[in-house]
Amino acid sequence: MTRVLALVLVLLIVALFALSLLIGPAGLSPARSLAALLRGEGLAETLVMREIRLPRAILAAMIGAGLGLAGAAMQGYLRNPLAEPGLLGVSGSAALGAVIALQTGFAAQFALGLPLAALLGAVLAVGLILALAGPRGGSLTLILAGIAVSALAGALTALVLNLSPNPFAASEIMFWMMGSLADRSMTHVWLAAPFIAIGAVVLLAQGRAFDALTLGEDSAASLGVNLSRLRLVLVLAVASMVGAATAVAGAVGFVGLVVPHILRPFVGARPSSLLWASALGGAVLVLAADIAVRLVLPDRDLKLGVLTAIVGAPLFLHLVFKTRGQGL
Amino acid sequence: MTDLVLSDFAVARGPCDVLRDINLSVGAGEFVGLLGPNGAGKTTLMRGALGMMPHRGQSSLSALSARDRARRVAWLPQAREIGWPVSVADVVTLGRLPHLARGQKPGETDRAAIDAALSRMGLDGFRTRIATQLSGGEQARVLIARALAQDTPLLMADEPAAGLDPAHQLGLMDTLAAEAARGRSVIASLHDLGLAARYCTRLVVLWQGGIAADGPPAEVLTPDLLARVFQIRAYVRHTDDGPICQPLGVV
Repeated sequence: MTRVLALVLVLLIVALFALSLLIGPAGLSPARSLAALLRGEGLAETLVMREIRLPRAILAAMIGAGLGLAGAAMQGYLRNPLAEPGLLGVSGSAALGAVIALQTGFAAQFALGLPLAALLGAVLAVGLILALAGPRGGSLTLILAGIAVSALAGALTALVLNLSPNPFAASEIMFWMMGSLADRSMTHVWLAAPFIAIGAVVLLAQGRAFDALTLGEDSAASLGVNLSRLRLVLVLAVASMVGAATAVAGAVGFVGLVVPHILRPFVGARPSSLLWASALGGAVLVLAADIAVRLVLPDRDLKLGVLTAIVGAPLFLHLVFKTRGQGL
Repeated sequence: MTDLVLSDFAVARGPCDVLRDINLSVGAGEFVGLLGPNGAGKTTLMRGALGMMPHRGQSSLSALSARDRARRVAWLPQAREIGWPVSVADVVTLGRLPHLARGQKPGETDRAAIDAALSRMGLDGFRTRIATQLSGGEQARVLIARALAQDTPLLMADEPAAGLDPAHQLGLMDTLAAEAARGRSVIASLHDLGLAARYCTRLVVLWQGGIAADGPPAEVLTPDLLARVFQIRAYVRHTDDGPICQPLGVV
């Protein structure tokens, strides 16, 4: 069952990745696209393929995987299907960093100004969460700290918008916050990749601890799980992945919430299996959504985060009704 | 061989001691019933001994590393939590985690321990059932099977009999007594004095932060102790079926 699921998800990723490379306003034929990508035939085509479409597809897969995995880890740690990576307040703080960079003009100084400011926001959020929640403590204090940081970041973001000098600045900020993968470069890929890769490797190694947590914190501790360490690892890894994802793509919501929820029945609800399944599933969802924004309204610059929310919210409602039907 | 030694053990909550001057040693083959009124510190004693609460004095278990401890003692907390709709077999398999090296899949020994635990709790036909869809009593049995599968010298359980029907309460006590008879040691907090009297080899009564009595059921369950600690009077007789303790009224 899980092998079939893994195979299906990997095939979907490959297919959607290829599709993502072949779709765009330049209107290249598939043959010319591939020739340009692989052999560098044609200067303009090569530029389009290697500098625009390839980073876009890689970022979609990478960010989707990161958000899906972070969501599965948060749900596993809290034993709550409503948990999502945004709960820690890291995405909100990363957005705040980016918004401040846009507002102050730091973002316009150099290409990585905005993502670096967003990463700084994420790092500050992690420090604040760990200071608030204390070194030893349960999951409840972590959530309370996350909500506090999240609310603070939201309020400060609103303040920046409130004080923005002109409507253009405000709308630039608003559009950035909707989340998008358009016009990203390989530099963005190289910036986000290490954070997402390290976070993923660290979280995937915690599968057993999440499995043991199925029985509650006391039982997990008696099975040899070091809860304080797990909590620290979780915060750092989730923050690393979500901070990097938000820094390069803006806020892409619902992926971390919906993907683990959809895939849970297919892995027998085992939290450890759900980790890798949600990473693959997240990549599928974001790749598909990023293709959809280019196909649905190609000339209106539909934002990725808007689409994931529009698709994700009804999907989630459907799941809520299904859960209600089962009387759970 | 002793599986748990507590010496000058004390647990404080805020400024006041919940437990103090506890000296207790539990050896192989003992089935210890931990008795005491609500709030006497039964759970605190067990969690403290496991190193889950800060304590003073020595506990042979909390001195171990988390991994070694997980191979020495299985702990069945009172809160029966199964967080996800996983199968019964998956829940019981969690008991094998302390025995598996990183990345190692459950092998022959593990499967044997899981099968044995499932059949001892009468769960043979439940293997593929979703644990969260079972009744409360059935879930309790699944969790006990998980603790049995951990296959540790010591088993500690916090009110394992609560919420079970009479047949399963007796079945559970039979199972725990059999585990003790096979050379394991069992410590279980109990509220049912009748079950404790019938099945345990030794009763430890906690009261006012200390041990009020410690010994075989027949010696511990005296009218004086029952009146002093539990504020009840009870019918206590020694029959061919073992000691009978039936509470009759409040003093």
